[in-house]
Amino acid sequence: MVKLAEWRGKEVFQKYGVPLPRGAVARSADEAESLTRSGAVPLPCVVKAQVLAGGRGKGGAVKFANTPDEARAAAASILGLEFKGEKVTELLLEEKLPIARELYLSFTLDRSLRLPIAIASAQGGVEIESVDDAAIERVPIHPFPGLAAYEKRRIAERLGVSGSVAKSLDRLLDALWRAFQGEDAELVEINPLAVVGEGLVALDAKVIVEDDAGFRHPEYGDIRDDRTPLEEIAREKEIAFVQLDGNIGVIANGAGLTMATLDVLKEFGGNPGVFLDLGGTDDPKKVTEAFLLMAQAKPKAVFLNIFGGVTRCDTVANGLVAAMKEVPPENRFPLVARIRGNNEKEGIEILRANGITSIPTLKESAQAVVAAAGGKA
Amino acid sequence: MTVLVDGSTRVMVQGITGHQGTVHTRQMKLFGTEVVAGVTPGKAGATVEGVPVFDSVRAAVEKTNANAACIFVPAPYAKDALLESVDAGIPLAVIVTEHIPFHDMLVMYHYARSKGARIIGPNCPGIAAPGLAKVGIIPNVVFQKGRVGVISRSGTLTYEIVNGIKERGLGQSACIGLGGDPVVGTSFVDALPLFQADPETDVIVLVGEIGGTAEEDAAEYIRHHVTKPVVAYIAGRSAPPGKRMGHAGAIISRGKGTAETKLAALSQAGAKVARFPYEIPDLVAEIIAHQGRR
Repeated sequence: MVKLAEWRGKEVFQKYGVPLPRGAVARSADEAESLTRSGAVPLPCVVKAQVLAGGRGKGGAVKFANTPDEARAAAASILGLEFKGEKVTELLLEEKLPIARELYLSFTLDRSLRLPIAIASAQGGVEIESVDDAAIERVPIHPFPGLAAYEKRRIAERLGVSGSVAKSLDRLLDALWRAFQGEDAELVEINPLAVVGEGLVALDAKVIVEDDAGFRHPEYGDIRDDRTPLEEIAREKEIAFVQLDGNIGVIANGAGLTMATLDVLKEFGGNPGVFLDLGGTDDPKKVTEAFLLMAQAKPKAVFLNIFGGVTRCDTVANGLVAAMKEVPPENRFPLVARIRGNNEKEGIEILRANGITSIPTLKESAQAVVAAAGGKA
Repeated sequence: MTVLVDGSTRVMVQGITGHQGTVHTRQMKLFGTEVVAGVTPGKAGATVEGVPVFDSVRAAVEKTNANAACIFVPAPYAKDALLESVDAGIPLAVIVTEHIPFHDMLVMYHYARSKGARIIGPNCPGIAAPGLAKVGIIPNVVFQKGRVGVISRSGTLTYEIVNGIKERGLGQSACIGLGGDPVVGTSFVDALPLFQADPETDVIVLVGEIGGTAEEDAAEYIRHHVTKPVVAYIAGRSAPPGKRMGHAGAIISRGKGTAETKLAALSQAGAKVARFPYEIPDLVAEIIAHQGRR
């Protein structure tokens, strides 16, 4: 999941022909002033912090400017702000438009239906979660025929648009649908979609693209998500790594087993903070890298919980033993191991030869690691 | 036929010459499965683990009458592999490959459906029926023939739970690992009727995860259509909202798809709820003991 900043989302919209306000990105107050002075951004304009969190308007991260000096002042006051944990380094400046109405429109996936779905509401400009269900139209779109004309008419009717605005909507829906498919998006959302004169303009852009389609979209490879530095390193090494507050490190394989391990640790009063999912690997080097990464997170104790399927227990044991020799003394941690499944006997024997005992049951091994981390949190 | 596979299942492995394809061809054969063909374009004439390799699914089916596909082909080519298998008339495809874009999977799912074929997966461990056949990668060691049916969205957690059932002295009729991707070929609601109808299954174990609404949908189905006892477990009860814990499925957002909503729905539908994986075998054993007394 890669969430694009508004300006990047609008670049995507532009590529597919979704109508936008005239605007430009600024990274300094100087730049904001010169963009407005040169007319690249028409005045009056709006100055918006480029952060991923919502609620920018209420949070002081959106301001208006009538003159280049005001644009400079607005930019200076927003840049450097810490907005819901994100530091503001980029601004989007756009012309301020006379808005007649604000609508909502998006395409996303309906997992239960296993179909893309268009979501539309005449109540735009507020979070869609807060809109009454009856005011929201959901139109499932079959991927083979794609978005049909009658479906677009249904959306237009619910949005209460007609005439030239409806014609504008028809073209915009096609463009947004193509963006949804073409960019392998999980979500393309316009909120608000503004009625301006006889047409429509996307005032905001929320685009989330799917990680798994990365092989088709190298352009999204460098965009950082909300990852910590260690999470970023893990991503590069293709290890699933999640960091939270807590002092127990968990190395498991598979999302389900990782989460079940978390549930059991919490039950026994543990406070797991770092999760490392080996996934299916039979490369001992990857296991070693995972352990070294875990050591950098400085947990008080580590729980290795592996059920060997694709991953063989002896591979994990060998990787672990190699890692333990490389971890610097100041980063060493108490370890509780539980390895089951394919090549279990061989794995347990390798660990035993290196002074590590594998505890067979989930319950007892979880209790042991909570104790090793200093007892209940 | 118990659940989707039986003694007449003839497996074709797509991507058989890759590392995983080769390893799991061997494991499927050791399980007792008839693996009759492999497909890797450009590798016709080779044999892997004694299995003949063909250039195309069509050639493989003509020569071997394969009737189930097991797909290990890398994600960028997995869509093509599935379409090829469906077009050759193969009615069941297990897709082990992970990281297939869901936009591809939408096309794959709806195409297969339009041709009457069923997909299990992607990113899944597949299906196994002890004593009959295995299509996929679930470790052989966790199985023992018995009367417990297991349906799961997880991978290794499934192995853990199936193994726990074996260690409790019970066995399995069949186990399906559905995969945890946003779009799956077979959901809980698709799999439940197979186990409800299966004369070899007495108890159904359902293993879910946080995220999505697949378990809530399953609860609704169980309430109306399942008369066999169900034991349910949901992983991720204590996972933090908004953080992705591996699977695309395993993310909670907007208060939907939490463990609480899922467990409540399943419990109201009459399922016995396990709080931890190790409670499942005991709950199953209790139900079987009770059935024995009736």
